Amino acid sequence: MNRVLPWLWAFLGHHRPALVGTLLVVLVTLTAVIGPFAVAHSPDDVFARFASPGAEHRLGTDSQGYDIFTRMVFGARTTLLIALTAMSMSLVLGSLVGAVAGFVGGRTDLLVMRVVDVAMSFPSFLLAMVTVAVLGTELENVIVAVGLVGAPMFARQVRAEVLRVVSADFVMAARSLGLAAPRVLFVHVLPNSLGPIIVLGTLGMGSAILDVAGLNFLGLGGDPFRVPEWGLILTQGWNKRPDANLQVAVAGLAIFVTVLGFNLLGDGLKDELDPRTRRR
Amino acid sequence: MFAYIVRRLGLSVLLLVVAMLATFLLHHALPGDPAAAVLGKQYTAESAHEIRERLGLNDPLPEQFVRYVGDVMRGDLGRSHVSNELVTEELERVLPATIELGVAALILATIVGIGLGVLTAVRPRSWWDVAGLTAALAGVSLPIFWLGFLALQAFGEGGTLATMTGLHGLPLGGRFSPAAYKLSQWVADTPGATGFLLFDTLFVARDPEVFWHVAKHLLLPAVVLASVPMAVIARITRASMGEALLQDYVRTARAKGLPPRRVVLKHALRNAAIPIATSIGTQLGYLLGGAVLTETIFQWPGMGTYVVQAILNLDVKPLQACVLVIAVGFVFVNLVVDVSYAFLDPRVGTPGGGS
Repeated sequence: MNRVLPWLWAFLGHHRPALVGTLLVVLVTLTAVIGPFAVAHSPDDVFARFASPGAEHRLGTDSQGYDIFTRMVFGARTTLLIALTAMSMSLVLGSLVGAVAGFVGGRTDLLVMRVVDVAMSFPSFLLAMVTVAVLGTELENVIVAVGLVGAPMFARQVRAEVLRVVSADFVMAARSLGLAAPRVLFVHVLPNSLGPIIVLGTLGMGSAILDVAGLNFLGLGGDPFRVPEWGLILTQGWNKRPDANLQVAVAGLAIFVTVLGFNLLGDGLKDELDPRTRRR
Repeated sequence: MFAYIVRRLGLSVLLLVVAMLATFLLHHALPGDPAAAVLGKQYTAESAHEIRERLGLNDPLPEQFVRYVGDVMRGDLGRSHVSNELVTEELERVLPATIELGVAALILATIVGIGLGVLTAVRPRSWWDVAGLTAALAGVSLPIFWLGFLALQAFGEGGTLATMTGLHGLPLGGRFSPAAYKLSQWVADTPGATGFLLFDTLFVARDPEVFWHVAKHLLLPAVVLASVPMAVIARITRASMGEALLQDYVRTARAKGLPPRRVVLKHALRNAAIPIATSIGTQLGYLLGGAVLTETIFQWPGMGTYVVQAILNLDVKPLQACVLVIAVGFVFVNLVVDVSYAFLDPRVGTPGGGS
């Protein structure tokens, strides 16, 4: 930590897009964490339907009479949590598969990477749709589908990193000390490929938010009466257009700004951590 | 080179078998009992068993798979149990709609994306560059269905911009207005009609008025669908052009007094072409995923809306067929791309030159 914070400070100081991205991400995260304690209503309070924006309802109410502003604030929490769960699943699953493939090598590597290649060549959103179809149209399955579909990218990147690191002297040293393979992998190899994983994880948050919202928009997200995420708020507004146009605009804007934040930050981190793409 | 192409063909055949196996297993992985779906309310254990027997669902799996492959080879993709129509006939209707939309979007994305990328690469850190990069980043961060909504609000019939300028505005959805022209019927009745409406109206019917009508319907969906691939192509073009412009041969070309336009377009862009071509190839995947959402917003009667309906209704045969069609399309496109690399870049496929 003592090294990370000054580095982060210096990085954000000279990389303006990443600074903007960080601010956006922090803003949304703060909304998600403390916002729900600061709003006047509960997301389940019912008022008059389609009330106009005003002092009582900052963004008006929706077709069910829910306060849109309140739902958007609570939605920040569900949206981020859902995306974080899906992305973590991609990260853990993909990194494990990629690390093992790169570390073991040989036929295992060849086979695993062929599967990854095939999975990546197929349109990921369609793959997620079919996965949801097989598992059933439920929110949990949407998360699983988005998580699964994101995994191959991590696998490919982590494998490349492992191959790069595995021939380094310190890994040779650890191996020649007779340490068990899993220990060498997890203690010596993986921590040294952390940079690209963080980059992919940041960018992965953005695509997870977009994919979940997209699947919800198609009606594959199951129960529409739960505490909504932004994709669902947008969809509900879309289904009641033109009365709920404001709702669609606001929910879409929130998704856009959040994804933009993660993408700006992720691209910045990539510039900084990957010497090949460092800015000229 | 010949050996490479043969090897590549072999891989494609293998991938096709995998795709068949996957779609076959999809049938068994989907929730719901096909017999129950057929019988509906008249469900009894006996008749369900009878139906399973008739559908061959009680046979061993390998036997069923062989039969499935045989059916597909003969062009029999089964029937939708919702509409009770042949899936091949439904595909014949929806596929041209999606291909037309996708191709229009891809052409748009390629032209605008490369243009934007070249423009930003030529003047790095200028106002152009910042604007281009911002647009490219916004493009990959936008929820495409929200972009569609905004486009409709601004340019659609009764939209803000349409009202402000006093223009009529663009159609809100569909491939044509059924009230004005009965095009579906016309396509079905006219020999030589392909279902690609732009082509049909221009070359088969030769009616510019209907062509314009169809083109107006295509415009907004194509622009919306093109947004993400355009942004990606622009970013890749900027990166690879930026690199190419720093090379010695560009300096040489400049030094010998060639006009700047020629240096950029002929010397630099040509050498930056391979990564750009690759990115266009990979964008096909995004295009198909995005097409599902775009078609839903614009009520475009294509494969995207068809797939979504199949999933929501747990309609096995159409879903199976769509996945298979997409997989076959992908195997084919990847094959064409890889083989064309072998022609473009002589190092590909030779020993020591990568695979």
